[in-house]
Amino acid sequence: MGSAAVLKDRKNQIFRKGNEPFDIDCNKDSLAGAVSQRACVFCGSRVVLYPIADALHLVHGPIGCAVYTWDIRGALSSGPELHRLSFSTDLQEMDVIFGGEPKLEKALYELIEKHEPKAAFVYSTCIVGIIGDDLEAVCKRVAEKTKIPILPVQSEGFKGNKREGYQAACNAMARLVGTGDIKGISKHSINILGDFNLAGEIWVIQEYFNKIGVEVVANITGDGRIEDIKRAHGAALNVVQCSGATMELADTMQERYDIPSIRVSYFGIEDMAEALYDVARHFDDSEMMRKAEILVRDELKTIMDKIGVYRESLTGKKAAIYVGGAFKAFSLVKAFRLLGMDVVLVGSQTGTKADYEELEAITDDGTIIVDDSNPLELAAFIKEKEVDLFVGGVKERPIAYKLGVAFCDHNHERKEMLAGFEGMLNFAEEVYSSVMSPVWNFVPRRKEVR
Amino acid sequence: MTKMVHYTATTNACKLCRPLGAALAFRGIEGCVPFLHGSQGCATYMRRYIISHFNEPIDIASSSLGEKHAVYGGGPNLKLGLNNVTAKYHPSLIGVASTCLTETIGDDVPMLLEEYKAEFGTAETPEIVHVSTPSYSGTHMEGFNGAVKSAVEQLAEPAEPNNRVNIFSGFISAEDIRHLKHIMNLFETPFTLMPDYSETLDGVALIEYPLIPKGGTPLQDIAQMSGATGSIECGHTLPDETAGTFLETQYGVKRSQVGLPIGIKETDRFVEKLKEITGRELPREMQESRGRLIDAMVDGHKYIFGKRAIVYGEEDLVIGLTSFLSEIGIKPVLCATGGKSGKFETSIRQILELVDSEIPVIKDGVDFFDIEEIATSLNVDMLIGHSKGYTFSRKSNIPLIRVGFPIHDRVGGQRILHVGYHGAQQLFDTITNTVIQHKQDQSSVGYSYM
Ligand code: SF4
Ligand code: SF4
Repeated sequence: MGSAAVLKDRKNQIFRKGNEPFDIDCNKDSLAGAVSQRACVFCGSRVVLYPIADALHLVHGPIGCAVYTWDIRGALSSGPELHRLSFSTDLQEMDVIFGGEPKLEKALYELIEKHEPKAAFVYSTCIVGIIGDDLEAVCKRVAEKTKIPILPVQSEGFKGNKREGYQAACNAMARLVGTGDIKGISKHSINILGDFNLAGEIWVIQEYFNKIGVEVVANITGDGRIEDIKRAHGAALNVVQCSGATMELADTMQERYDIPSIRVSYFGIEDMAEALYDVARHFDDSEMMRKAEILVRDELKTIMDKIGVYRESLTGKKAAIYVGGAFKAFSLVKAFRLLGMDVVLVGSQTGTKADYEELEAITDDGTIIVDDSNPLELAAFIKEKEVDLFVGGVKERPIAYKLGVAFCDHNHERKEMLAGFEGMLNFAEEVYSSVMSPVWNFVPRRKEVR
Repeated sequence: MTKMVHYTATTNACKLCRPLGAALAFRGIEGCVPFLHGSQGCATYMRRYIISHFNEPIDIASSSLGEKHAVYGGGPNLKLGLNNVTAKYHPSLIGVASTCLTETIGDDVPMLLEEYKAEFGTAETPEIVHVSTPSYSGTHMEGFNGAVKSAVEQLAEPAEPNNRVNIFSGFISAEDIRHLKHIMNLFETPFTLMPDYSETLDGVALIEYPLIPKGGTPLQDIAQMSGATGSIECGHTLPDETAGTFLETQYGVKRSQVGLPIGIKETDRFVEKLKEITGRELPREMQESRGRLIDAMVDGHKYIFGKRAIVYGEEDLVIGLTSFLSEIGIKPVLCATGGKSGKFETSIRQILELVDSEIPVIKDGVDFFDIEEIATSLNVDMLIGHSKGYTFSRKSNIPLIRVGFPIHDRVGGQRILHVGYHGAQQLFDTITNTVIQHKQDQSSVGYSYM
């Protein structure tokens, strides 16, 4: 690629699989002036806690931080939908000068009276960190008066990237865990961590688990409820999806309550089946394993023929992956393999060295592996590799489209259910209908090629 | 007047944050990269928000401040960021907007930029303009207008008198800008329209990802604005000091202020000014589209007479739409905005008193929570505004007519035409058809004629 597109300081965050031994820099702060696709700490906290549907989510800060996170996730709730409202203290100049605590406190009382939430999360944003509001103290006062948990989320945007935000969210949830009554919970019970119920996928996962005889205590956080999270320490196992977002909480629960955890992915058929088998293995229950095998067999029977049809058309097409967490990227690499497609680029915003090592291990020679990329770089890679399909978040979509490349949303905002076996079929369908559309015949890129 | 409980918190805001407006305006200048001085999150959020409307890439650079910069000042990162943007984009202009964070820590951006030019300035160094945009005072409109004003102040040079007309058209859609340019061409008058993001945010399909998209108001035209025959500024609620007032006091360029040319009367006023400045008659094409519009209004008047509408959004958009509604027999019952210029109510009153229309409830500084509260007693037939009103529309089964920014749940928001006789025509058709469809859908008969 044109090396002009790569800022010198970023060279070590890009790796091409081939003869050289693997090496990549990651988890660096974004470079000033590079248009990073990364978000802030607050964003990380917000996306993790957002699906908790019966809590009040109050963003303490100027209006923008709240506005940009209003109803952003397709995280569904089977009951209350308080999470879909956007609350902000909307700090004004006077608040910045004299402090925002009084406004925050008043806002909390009013909102709690009006909406009767089961708990409230109070997010701090950059300037709250600067003006020095004592969130902790305000939350404590309000909790005493209102008798519901009021949880400060220390998510000042500039204190890092999304990762720190996940941690702040986990810290807030950790205060809830252990405060509920755990009588009557089955010994074959789990918490589902790290699924956010986009397009209703946690319901599918829950059903799988129920079918193999596992009780789900708490969803963290998809279709989440405060009362469930309070009882989460009654579960026998934490089943954690997605690398960064909720791992911290699982670790805390391991320390405090000795609850073990396993990491899974629900995306792609191998990973989905493995997730069920892993849980059955953990409980060392042959009946459960038998049920899991039957479930997998039945589900595969319904989808494999259909996937085969798509595979026929998609074989040999080239895919690029750029997602938030690296864990998602692993599953995507496998999913594309199932569809017969070649992954030529894979990257993430927040991967760790270990993540990238694993990616290096599962990709083919020539694949580009990249950390914290930016539009220009991505565009250069798309062109170099003649990508047919780009998978990313909404910020990458226009780049792909501008260059006439098909695109699938695999981020928080998507509206398609992609988890589980059914989800794999949906994914195949979406990839197919994106790649095979006749509109690509008209884009300048193709006209030049043909 | 409806009584309203005033809540401390803002729920579902009807405004955006200030640097977003600045970034959009800067994007409308040729060769410009918008640059936010603050933490990374703000820039990423705004990009995402803008992209979801325009479906177009927009790079907004950021100085990506981290915790230590927030304590010791953001100067070094600002300078580093400017260097990096220059190296990577080779822009002809960088438009720097501050954010809540850098305003709160008190970074003196003008001074830092002076330092930067002294330390790093070379022949390569682009022009740099800056605008102060703390979101804790003012909305995206203050950011938009502020950026236009700052750019003109910092870029206009003394120039020989020329026969150009300066058009400051305000925050309108990409299609609107194209239409205004068309009108100027019909008047056969050279002009400088600013900001012009009709191409930079609504461009064609490409092979190469452009570092900076084509289009935008040319820098040299901005430099020459001081020699124009006159300036037209659109917007009744503009601040007292604008690009136009600057050119008038500094260079004696006569300034005319009109509203956004929405509906018949406001468009008439706009073209009157054009006639005055250019000394030309109304072009035949415009006479015809005006005539056709009136003919269409006659054809459709029955279906909409007496319908009751809530109009919300940016102040000047609401004013323009309100004026138009009063021309076609629809009653605006609530005019609402999240903005707070202090001129909203008087402007609406003036416009409506001219046509002897009843005065609706007029509210500034409100959010969607307030709008819903007030609406309960108003017996409303339609909502007119951006897509964030959808939540309310759905809940109350009142049709939403999408106009303005953002349109996040439909394609083509950037192509909605609001201005000129043509714009009025399209608005008329959309509004009327929405009413007809709503009636058709609710009817037990399902008439297939109107
Ligand atoms: S901190 Fe200010 S500039 Fe940044 S997103 Fe929030 S409101 Fe907007
Ligand atoms: S102000 Fe801070 S918390 Fe808010 S969006 Fe910007 S970086 Fe994130």
